[in-house]
Amino acid sequence: MTNSFDREASKQRCGSYRKRILEISQQVQALHMASAFSCTEVVDTIYNGLMRPKDDGGFVDTFVMSKGHGCMIQYVILESLGTLSRNDMDRYCKADGILGCHPDVTNPGIEASTGSLGHGLSMAVGMAYAEHIQNTGGIVHVVTSDGELQEGSTWEAFMQAPALGIDNLIAYIDNNDFQSLGRTSDTHPNFYPVGEKLAAFGWEAVELDGHDAAAIYDAVSSRKGGKPMAIVCKTTKGKGVSYMEDVPIWHYRAPSPEEYQQAIDEIEASL
Amino acid sequence: MRNAFAETLYQSAKIDKRLSIVVADISPAGSIAKFHKENPERFINVGVAEQTMIGICAGMALKGMRPFAYTIAPFTLYRPFEIIRDDLCYQNLAVTVVGMGSGVVYSNLGSTHHSQEDIAVAGALPNMQILAPCDPLETEAATRFCAMDNKGPMYLRLGKAGEPNLTEDAVDPFEFGKVRYLRKGTDVCIMSYGPIMKMALEVADRMTAGGASVSVVNVHTLKPIDQEGIAKALKDHKKVITIEEHAPMGGLKAHAKQIAWDTKAECDLHTFSLKDEYIHCYGSYEEILAAHGLSADIIIKALG
Repeated sequence: MTNSFDREASKQRCGSYRKRILEISQQVQALHMASAFSCTEVVDTIYNGLMRPKDDGGFVDTFVMSKGHGCMIQYVILESLGTLSRNDMDRYCKADGILGCHPDVTNPGIEASTGSLGHGLSMAVGMAYAEHIQNTGGIVHVVTSDGELQEGSTWEAFMQAPALGIDNLIAYIDNNDFQSLGRTSDTHPNFYPVGEKLAAFGWEAVELDGHDAAAIYDAVSSRKGGKPMAIVCKTTKGKGVSYMEDVPIWHYRAPSPEEYQQAIDEIEASL
Repeated sequence: MRNAFAETLYQSAKIDKRLSIVVADISPAGSIAKFHKENPERFINVGVAEQTMIGICAGMALKGMRPFAYTIAPFTLYRPFEIIRDDLCYQNLAVTVVGMGSGVVYSNLGSTHHSQEDIAVAGALPNMQILAPCDPLETEAATRFCAMDNKGPMYLRLGKAGEPNLTEDAVDPFEFGKVRYLRKGTDVCIMSYGPIMKMALEVADRMTAGGASVSVVNVHTLKPIDQEGIAKALKDHKKVITIEEHAPMGGLKAHAKQIAWDTKAECDLHTFSLKDEYIHCYGSYEEILAAHGLSADIIIKALG
């Protein structure tokens, strides 16, 4: 782990990631773009700030995209790192390609197959526990959605992890307040705030602005340890493109050429 | 059988430090207490939380360990079914999912605790393998295979405790994926698997006493099924009988009939299985089997 995190460099990277996702959106009928935009800064911080690279490529640490539908952000970061090729990305969701709408463990840089919600956290707990008892020193980073918090299996994992005595597990909850049909705070109004519930379950829990990469980096870097950590990242679904922000239709829709240009213009203006 | 499982896993875990067990508040007892004491970090009780039991096993396997998930059959397989499908089978991980007390052995506990459709359900999953040993000796061999040689997801279907050994004088040794002759005859072939093998042997004894030359074939591996071995048994005998503690669909009956059709078998084929229903009666294991239409008397009578 480096001692500092360049906020401006992260902002530039996140802009370019969003633009690349928009570019790919023009090759396909639909993709989970807004879900990727809400966790762009989170995943950027993990890959470019927190995960420790190995000398021979890859990472000492592990990343699991439990909200598998948000994997476009993971793909574009893996492309920027050279793990996935431009050719792989050009063939996204094509019959002769390897990349689909959800991460597949048989692909380069993907550590677990996800897509069905409520799976990633338990797998991350098992991974972190295996790293712990094998003394590898590896840390497991897992990004979940807030919709996933409605899955009972997620809470089985939240309940179990602290009991295993692991502190090499960091769960980032992409709290964009949306699931497919509407706001999670509408369907489950008594469920929020989440952070205090996770703290009560034995996690070191913080809530912060999930689009503030430096805040995420600092929270992880200054964690107390001794417990698994949960970071409730307050985010905006579709972040960065005005007409997508908090509009459910963009959960799974690709923009028209005009909408695409507007989105690119807005992102470039923000950089 | 659970004690044979526990002792074998305990012994194997001394050799292979990757072997571990995640239980959902049901312990195999016996040597698992020793396993736990000597390897506390390789024993996890997640409590009554079968979904995370499977997910944690998947995560451990993704990091190079060889975990076993263990609880009573319906809870180990049905409750976390989609997690078994996605995390274990889709990712093709070497995790053994142990279903203890399978079939109707938990007779008095009712249908919530029975697993009469588990082979059909597990068998439909790509990459999944299924082993159903018939006695403590075979449980030892099957567990050793799962611990030392297995390369993918496995459903290990066990009975409970106190089963007699039936394979001491078997004609063939245990070999994963191959049918195993316990007895070799020429006229009649009885195929079975799991603890109900005891009943199959009783039927064989009575037919032998009646003058028939009877083979008893143990189909301990339900997936991948030994197509060749079953085809040969269908070809070599005039009458073939399957006896299984499982629903009429998706088990040995279905395999035998399909293979018989595919190979144009000419033998008579008689099948005996559990009924396709949840029965609402209680009593001993044997009494529940009889209520499903399975006893040596009923089978002998039906065969005429």
